[in-house]
Amino acid sequence: MTGEPRGGRIVVVGASLAGLRAAETLRAKGFAGELTIVGDEPRPPYDRPPLSKQVLLGRVRAQDVGLPRRRAVDARWRLGVSATGLDPSVKRVLLADGDRLRYDRLLIATGTRARPWPHPEQAALDGVLTLRTVDDAGRLADRLDAGPRRVLVIGAGFTGSEIASACRERGLEVTVVERGPAPLVGALGGRLGALAADAQRAHGVDLRCGVTVSELRGTDGRLTGAELSDGSRIDADVAVVALGAVRNTEWLTGSGLAAGPRGVACDAGCRAFDMYGIVTDDIFVAGDVARFPHPLFEYQMISLEHWGNAVAQAEVAAHNMVSAGPDRRPHLTVPAFWSSQFGLNIKSVGVPTFSDQVMIAQGSPQEGRLVAVYGYRGRVTAAVSVNRAKWLEHYRHLIESGAPFPPRPGAADGPPAPVPVPSDVPDPAALSHGPTVALTGHLPDLRLAVVHRGGPVDQHPHDQEHP
Amino acid sequence: MQIVVDLNRCQAYAQCVFMAPEVFELHGEETLMYLPAVPPEQQERVRRAVAACPVQAILPGELASADDR
Repeated sequence: MTGEPRGGRIVVVGASLAGLRAAETLRAKGFAGELTIVGDEPRPPYDRPPLSKQVLLGRVRAQDVGLPRRRAVDARWRLGVSATGLDPSVKRVLLADGDRLRYDRLLIATGTRARPWPHPEQAALDGVLTLRTVDDAGRLADRLDAGPRRVLVIGAGFTGSEIASACRERGLEVTVVERGPAPLVGALGGRLGALAADAQRAHGVDLRCGVTVSELRGTDGRLTGAELSDGSRIDADVAVVALGAVRNTEWLTGSGLAAGPRGVACDAGCRAFDMYGIVTDDIFVAGDVARFPHPLFEYQMISLEHWGNAVAQAEVAAHNMVSAGPDRRPHLTVPAFWSSQFGLNIKSVGVPTFSDQVMIAQGSPQEGRLVAVYGYRGRVTAAVSVNRAKWLEHYRHLIESGAPFPPRPGAADGPPAPVPVPSDVPDPAALSHGPTVALTGHLPDLRLAVVHRGGPVDQHPHDQEHP
Repeated sequence: MQIVVDLNRCQAYAQCVFMAPEVFELHGEETLMYLPAVPPEQQERVRRAVAACPVQAILPGELASADDR
């Protein structure tokens, strides 16, 4: 590390949850230097989970979801301007307005954005929306207020399912189209996906699985409906494209970092790797955009689109940015997330898709409350509760301690003879959307060759040639 | 006052709902919904809710903003 760890210049690119928590932690740990926070949206950090819940239900206005800060961060905020490039050799971040920010240490927390509908002219139809930002949520809430005849939700991951739930709660007709065999399959596997499908249908959702939307149709620039791959047609005035997220790494193209569609690779201490797999010492990564090895999941590189991960990883990254080597900490938090939809509180610890088997350890689908435990090669790797959240702490302990799967029966409300069944996790390489965890370890994003032009090896990123 | 609730921590003890029912509400059996922007007249109740939460899941603070220097 160059310079005094608690002085100098730190730039945080990304002004959302991870960026804010990192900035607070930097100050809490004694960073006294110059701190700049860059964000492409014009507003200060805000909280996303309420956008698909309270905001769509009309209980909270979209603009009221700002985040509380735990302390003053004494930062220079550069909001409404995106970062467009990074040159690590001279330690500069390039901004869209032409500014160049010098840094001694950099935190990349640029997160993800909504995956857009792939056909731009169809995506431009009035009534076609996505849901990721405050502005998106405000627009969608206005549309729902206006009482559309039918809402089409494309994609039944967590966001799509929560949108459908809000629509039904407001009494709106909704059709959900999911390419996989059931909702939430990318995050929870097929067994719990079947339960989610039942919940949607019981609440009056017109759920179509195993089909895709082949075309969004419109008249005079307004959406009128969609054509599905099975030949059927849907009439709808609103379509929400909920096809998952795209990681914001394009601005790092040419920077020489190990950055690509699956995130920015880093070590357990949040230090970014360059494209040769060499760890940098002044560039850190946190939040949805990070791709890191987790020992509980066989050191697979994983990316987590989780609120709790953004907080925990940002704190570790910030701590390490202002700490000397031996004082640095690893980011080993057990992944956890929640969702609420169709009257169900779904919570998860571990990585359900890192599994080959699953069993209901407590409760049952018929009761509408249960805990499902996931195992991989005889070890507990995840648990998902439905209206049974108080139990998850117990299962977190089993995951952390590498307890055997199936776990010993213990709960009074367990089935008499719990039976593990295949967890039906789709091949992650084939997943197009929906995962809140992406197992990314074995799929390189970029192949390249290094050309040494004679003389001493003195390569800079722009000297490399991409075949 | 602005709040955020860590819903990974929240276990639906509902103490906050008793303390400040205009701000916190259980939606279904154990889903917590709340107003992130606390109205001024509710702030004292929310402070009590923060203290009463058995898992300390409610984080209050000033709204994070660009003029926090």
